Amino acid sequence: MEPVSLPPLSRVAICGGTHGNEMSGVYMVREMQKQKVHRTESVSITTVLSNPRAVDACRRYMETDLNRCFTDALLSAPITDSTPYELRRARELNAQLGPKGSPEAVDLLCDLHNTTANMGVCLIFYSLDWITLHIYNYIQSKMTSAPVRAIQMDLPISEAYSLESVGKHGIAIEVGPQPTGVTRADIFNMMKEAVDLTLEWLQKLNSGSTFEGGEVEAYTLVKSVDYPRDPTTNDITAAIHPQLQDNDFKLLKPGDPIFLSFSGETVKHEGEELYPLFVNECAYYEKKIAFHLAKKVTLTFPSISVRKED
Amino acid sequence: MSSSSCNNSACLNEARRVAIFGGTHGNEMSGVTLVNLWVKNSAEIQRKGVETKPFITNPKAVEKCTRYVDTDLNRAFTPENLSAPGGDNLPYEVQRAQEINRIFGPKESPDAYDVIFDLHNTTSNMGCTLILESSKDHFNLQMMHYIKKAIAPASCLVLLNEHPLLKYSTSRSVAKHPVGLEVGPQPQGVLRSNIFEAMRVILKHALDFIELFNEGMEFPPCTVEAFRVLERIDYPRDANGNIIAMVHPNLQDCDWEPLNPGDPMFQTFDGKTIRYHGSGTVYPTFINEAAYYEKQQAFVTTRREALVASAIRKI
Repeated sequence: MEPVSLPPLSRVAICGGTHGNEMSGVYMVREMQKQKVHRTESVSITTVLSNPRAVDACRRYMETDLNRCFTDALLSAPITDSTPYELRRARELNAQLGPKGSPEAVDLLCDLHNTTANMGVCLIFYSLDWITLHIYNYIQSKMTSAPVRAIQMDLPISEAYSLESVGKHGIAIEVGPQPTGVTRADIFNMMKEAVDLTLEWLQKLNSGSTFEGGEVEAYTLVKSVDYPRDPTTNDITAAIHPQLQDNDFKLLKPGDPIFLSFSGETVKHEGEELYPLFVNECAYYEKKIAFHLAKKVTLTFPSISVRKED
Repeated sequence: MSSSSCNNSACLNEARRVAIFGGTHGNEMSGVTLVNLWVKNSAEIQRKGVETKPFITNPKAVEKCTRYVDTDLNRAFTPENLSAPGGDNLPYEVQRAQEINRIFGPKESPDAYDVIFDLHNTTSNMGCTLILESSKDHFNLQMMHYIKKAIAPASCLVLLNEHPLLKYSTSRSVAKHPVGLEVGPQPQGVLRSNIFEAMRVILKHALDFIELFNEGMEFPPCTVEAFRVLERIDYPRDANGNIIAMVHPNLQDCDWEPLNPGDPMFQTFDGKTIRYHGSGTVYPTFINEAAYYEKQQAFVTTRREALVASAIRKI
């Protein structure tokens, strides 16, 4: 692949508390604000607590999930008296860090999340983007404290609904497992390491380093699976099977157990071999998702360096 | 419950009325799920000579999948709350406490239920824990001894909270013999199969014990290893009350393991270690329980104690 050169990436936003009970990002942003982390040599850093009311209440959201409010349609819909808090907040964030799709948007938006699923460090991004692939490659090559994986969301930017889509380049850093409302030091340390490595990479890029191209493996979502439910009450009738629980990213084959019903029956996986992720994520019960299934893809990326402006 | 000593055994009335509470905290899913299951089909919890009532104590909190709506139900059973006038103007959980006291109590009266099992989950790595409110409840001590033996080699530990300042007015305290069952680690709002099944098995043995007791089985004196609550340790905070450190990685998940003076206890957000400087070794538990951040508790310390239970049989 032809090497790519681009202008320096000088503006970064680090966002935490997009879900108010995902604590690593909340404390990460607070700590960065306390230490007055505004910039490295070549990068100016904006830190934002995305959903302050939800953070105060230690809830995922107050009225509606903030991290589903960033589609082009939702960002441009008219505001009325009944517009939920999070939709208003999404506008504010879009104005501050975007506008999405415009030249004023921050170069990189990094959104910090936790999951109750055993996903280690997982980077999530939209579209094939050399920046995010290089950051992923860099973090994966340097981090030893946890497995580092990536999920590529297959959606055009206009339909992209999450906060990181507001930046010119966006990456969500998802670290788990951690219960909501809890701050685990090991998880916080992983999150901090991932953020530090991201800023380090940007700094190196801006200073003239060339990063060699290569290949990385990532996952793309194929479908999601709901819990078995009682047809009359819609109540869940089974739990994630102990052999699937905590086995995110472990290939699921037809016949492998996926649910254990409360009356003792095993439900098995049918269909193609796929990789489960977000297994037993607490916020997804209401979205009717027990786990997602993904396929593995290999993504190739070119070498990259900053375009020298004379 | 009247008791008398006959030939060195404590003679107690049969335990005829038993309740199983789920959803005292609406986001602790094992209890919610088990009780809902048993409300629909109670075959599994039936025992000869016992009326066992499964009951969701905080339905509004369960519906919202939140710990509580106005105030923590599991702290609400104080004498003041139970006798407070005001009806509908009272906080939801105080109203619920009064209702529960009417159905299953009155607390400290002869009409109260014999046994109440209150099902809880914790984000702490406590495994299966039985919570005892009095070291002199020989019936409960014998039950816990029975359960521990029945599930061996799997473990079930006993936490005794008799501390005059730290003990609190639980939903189960309405009964003559309150039994707390805490199983973790499990995130709030999540149902883990292994945690659910562990709780289910413990209840099975508990009900078996009650049935055996009611049939006339005598339980000889025994010793129960327990952990007695000593003190609550809060997170380090700054002048504004903000938390400035996390449970240290060396302490995280180490419930019930010895914490010695000098051992790491907290890690600040900028990476410094804060060590434990108590006068002796303690056994911490409820380490990093999500719900206790607002109660100023990072963990509680305990000491190990052998509790002696006298022999018991029914009158």
